[in-house]
Amino acid sequence: MNENRFQKRTLFLILYIVFALLPIYWMVNMSFKTNAEILSSFSFFPRHFTWDNYRTIFTDPAWYSGYLNSLIIVAINMTISISVALPAAYAFSRYSFIGDKHLFFWLLTNRMTPPAVFLLPFFQLYSTLGLMDTHIAVALAHLVFNVPLAVWILEGFMSGIPREIDETAYIDGYSFPRFFLTIFLPLIKAGVGVTAFFCFMFSWVELLLARTLTSVDAKPIVATMTRTVSASGMDWATLAAAGVLTIVPGAIVIWFVRHYIAKGFAMGRV
Amino acid sequence: MARIDLDLAHSYQANPQQDEDYALLPMKMSFADGGAYALLGPSGCGKTTMLNIMSGLLAPSRGSVEFDGRNVTQLSPQQRNIAQVFQFPVIYDTMTVADNLAFPLRNRKMPGDQIRKRVAEIAEMLELSGQLDQRAANLAADAKQKISLGRGLVRHDVSAVLFDEPLTVIDPHLKWQLRRKLKQIHLELKLTLIYVTHDQVEALTFADQVMVMTRGRSVQVGSAEELFERPQHTFVGNFIGSPGMNFLPARVHERALLVAEHRLGLSRDLALPEGELKLGIRPEYVALSAADDPTALPVKVTQALDIGTHVLLTGQCGDLAIKARLRPDQEIPRCGDRVWLGVLGSHTCFYKNEELLPC
Amino acid sequence: MLSSKPVNQKAWWLVLPVVICVAFSAVLPLMTVVNYSLQDIFSPERRVFVGTEWFALVMRDDELHAALWRQLGFSLAVLTVEIPLGIMLALAMPAKGWKASAVLVMVALSLLIPWNVVGTIWQIYGRADIGLLGAMLQKMGFDYSYTGNATHAWLTVLSMDVWHWTPLVALLCFAGLRSIPAAYYQAARIDGASKFAIFRYIQLPKMRGVLMIAVLLRFMDSFMIYTEPFVLTGGGPGNSTTFLSQYLTQKAVGQFDLGPAAAFSLIYFLIILLLCFILYNWMQRVGTTDKEGAGHE
Repeated sequence: MNENRFQKRTLFLILYIVFALLPIYWMVNMSFKTNAEILSSFSFFPRHFTWDNYRTIFTDPAWYSGYLNSLIIVAINMTISISVALPAAYAFSRYSFIGDKHLFFWLLTNRMTPPAVFLLPFFQLYSTLGLMDTHIAVALAHLVFNVPLAVWILEGFMSGIPREIDETAYIDGYSFPRFFLTIFLPLIKAGVGVTAFFCFMFSWVELLLARTLTSVDAKPIVATMTRTVSASGMDWATLAAAGVLTIVPGAIVIWFVRHYIAKGFAMGRV
Repeated sequence: MARIDLDLAHSYQANPQQDEDYALLPMKMSFADGGAYALLGPSGCGKTTMLNIMSGLLAPSRGSVEFDGRNVTQLSPQQRNIAQVFQFPVIYDTMTVADNLAFPLRNRKMPGDQIRKRVAEIAEMLELSGQLDQRAANLAADAKQKISLGRGLVRHDVSAVLFDEPLTVIDPHLKWQLRRKLKQIHLELKLTLIYVTHDQVEALTFADQVMVMTRGRSVQVGSAEELFERPQHTFVGNFIGSPGMNFLPARVHERALLVAEHRLGLSRDLALPEGELKLGIRPEYVALSAADDPTALPVKVTQALDIGTHVLLTGQCGDLAIKARLRPDQEIPRCGDRVWLGVLGSHTCFYKNEELLPC
Repeated sequence: MLSSKPVNQKAWWLVLPVVICVAFSAVLPLMTVVNYSLQDIFSPERRVFVGTEWFALVMRDDELHAALWRQLGFSLAVLTVEIPLGIMLALAMPAKGWKASAVLVMVALSLLIPWNVVGTIWQIYGRADIGLLGAMLQKMGFDYSYTGNATHAWLTVLSMDVWHWTPLVALLCFAGLRSIPAAYYQAARIDGASKFAIFRYIQLPKMRGVLMIAVLLRFMDSFMIYTEPFVLTGGGPGNSTTFLSQYLTQKAVGQFDLGPAAAFSLIYFLIILLLCFILYNWMQRVGTTDKEGAGHE
């Protein structure tokens, strides 16, 4: 009976993966075609295989600097988001203090706000501060939705750890930083992995704020990709190639945090 | 209730070559029906591995497990009808205490009123009757462990109950209550109980027979008294007792016993082989002696700790440190005094290559 | 889990960095928006305070109501499909070994594509003449056209969202599942629990925390959705797939009217806030163990 259940699960998984990968395959397919071929007929494999689209991206500085800018922005944002979220999540999880429930919900509300709402105010704010077209501006702007998310997810995982672990550590003489880094963090590995990935992802794909706050120096790749509409119409092929290349950093991040997400919670003796 | 027979070895590696590759070195062991056993040993000695093999959560890489003569090696824990209590309470958070206890019975499709009766019986025994309708997740750790235990006991035909360091998360002042409860249950239900722990007090108070393990093998199985009086291995002498046994390197030469260059008088009927040995004597049996006593060694007192119920004296004889437990009403020597400590007597054991010599 | 947390006002120090970051980014801009929503802005110099006139105007708008209903329907559909699908996916994903890593990467890929590219790809993907999906559906006998048929458009937008965002639910649930100690499964085996009982009594309760995050996140994000449907259908055919965000943008950008746009933004935000608040509290009550609950089920 075990085998039957196992096969059903595997079948479902395979079906889903096919469903998930088909559009991606289509994107890869498109990236090796020319615009003409894309728009003219349906072909499962490129009839006239071409590297042109990738060549455009790798040689045009506007394109590859876009990737670099995105990476810098996201790196800054991830670092700040997780560093400030960890202590806050711990506080929410372990202690009760004045206004804690309201504060938590207020944090969530920031995640709920349509980004369009922040557009004009951010524009004014960063212009005034002289931070327009810098990586730090976009990284700070993205904190609005990433920090609440990070606190939210981490708090959930932290609350799953019994408080006995904290108390045992204090009795054993651990200082708070040592306890946090050597005992607590490893136990919430899955949460940290997921948080890191989501912070990366949401900041990486955010378009509206990124495009508004940058023009040349810090223009991220997502903004560069929107300029593929020209007089001759949409440049589908280059866009597809850019899309394929956009997945790569994300796949690498997932690869790095996979151990954190996939490893179990081993409740050994602390 | 079942008699468990083990004849196995276990390695987590595919091709074990040396002793270090084995989690459990080849061994044969029997646990009598209705007996209370403790598996005692330091971390990593293989006691949890052995427990998991007995419960069916792990299959031994070699050998067999038999319950009442029946080979159960390939059977699941459910099929073996065992119950296991883990280090931390494992309960179903969303259910009440009563539902938790009833769960195994419901899975067996037992009629409702029989379930209710049985749950009430077990709850009574574990002193949980007042909390049956409460949500299990809200209770304290010791109540949760009782629920975990109760789920194991609730089945009528449970063959054995296995405990994997169950008091780990319990507050110290509640530990003895739970230990007493476990002992009570043993007497009432006469189940085969196997208890894994690294705490000798827990092991010695709970079990009839304690199996001391280290590095994948069992070094001695015996009652608390046997382990205390006649440790078969220096490890047991060291591990049991607080503080452990004194071990003094000694040499037998031409029928004379030399310890730290001091000659001790051997009685005629003590037949010891020539060469290097260890003399083992528990601090409880080391007493102050008269000067020049042939069974005593001269020491200089380096420490005299008043523990309350006794005084722990440490004396140096040459390079050797000897510990003695003295009664507080005696004349206690002070640091720096020179005294004689009797080490040779009926409680002395001799060891060659860490193993006890028959004497 | 435990009944009460110790009170410790010093915990505010731990929370302070977060408050500063978010307040800096959120409070100041929000105040600006409130400011705008109460004024009629003809030019940077000429502003007239109009009080709640914009709010009233916005509330009376019929097209707004239509967009709101469409949006609610969409978000509901999204949750109904993505949450169970995400849970099933998380349960099906292998936990250890190279397979776990491979599946994890493959599942997460769709999350990493910039949203306008998602829309663009599906645009081609869904066309019967040049796209894989369109061609397949056409071969199966459907007269499929997401540009001409409103139902097809809805289904396509929904499928696109499911394809895009289900992995978020799955990843959260997957991480939650990995946090369950092995002893729980062992105890369940010993108790003779069926696979469904294990799911219902061990896995689902332990995933409660992450599921709540998943539900709220998906609700919020689907309610605010803009780029993907805009790129795919442009809101059409007609306005059958014009959801709230697009409606707002049309009004603000199309008519350059900051006042009503700001007012609408606030209302939009308040609607999300209200619905999330309700959802949040409902999920807390359904799931949590509260002290008053002890004794009566």
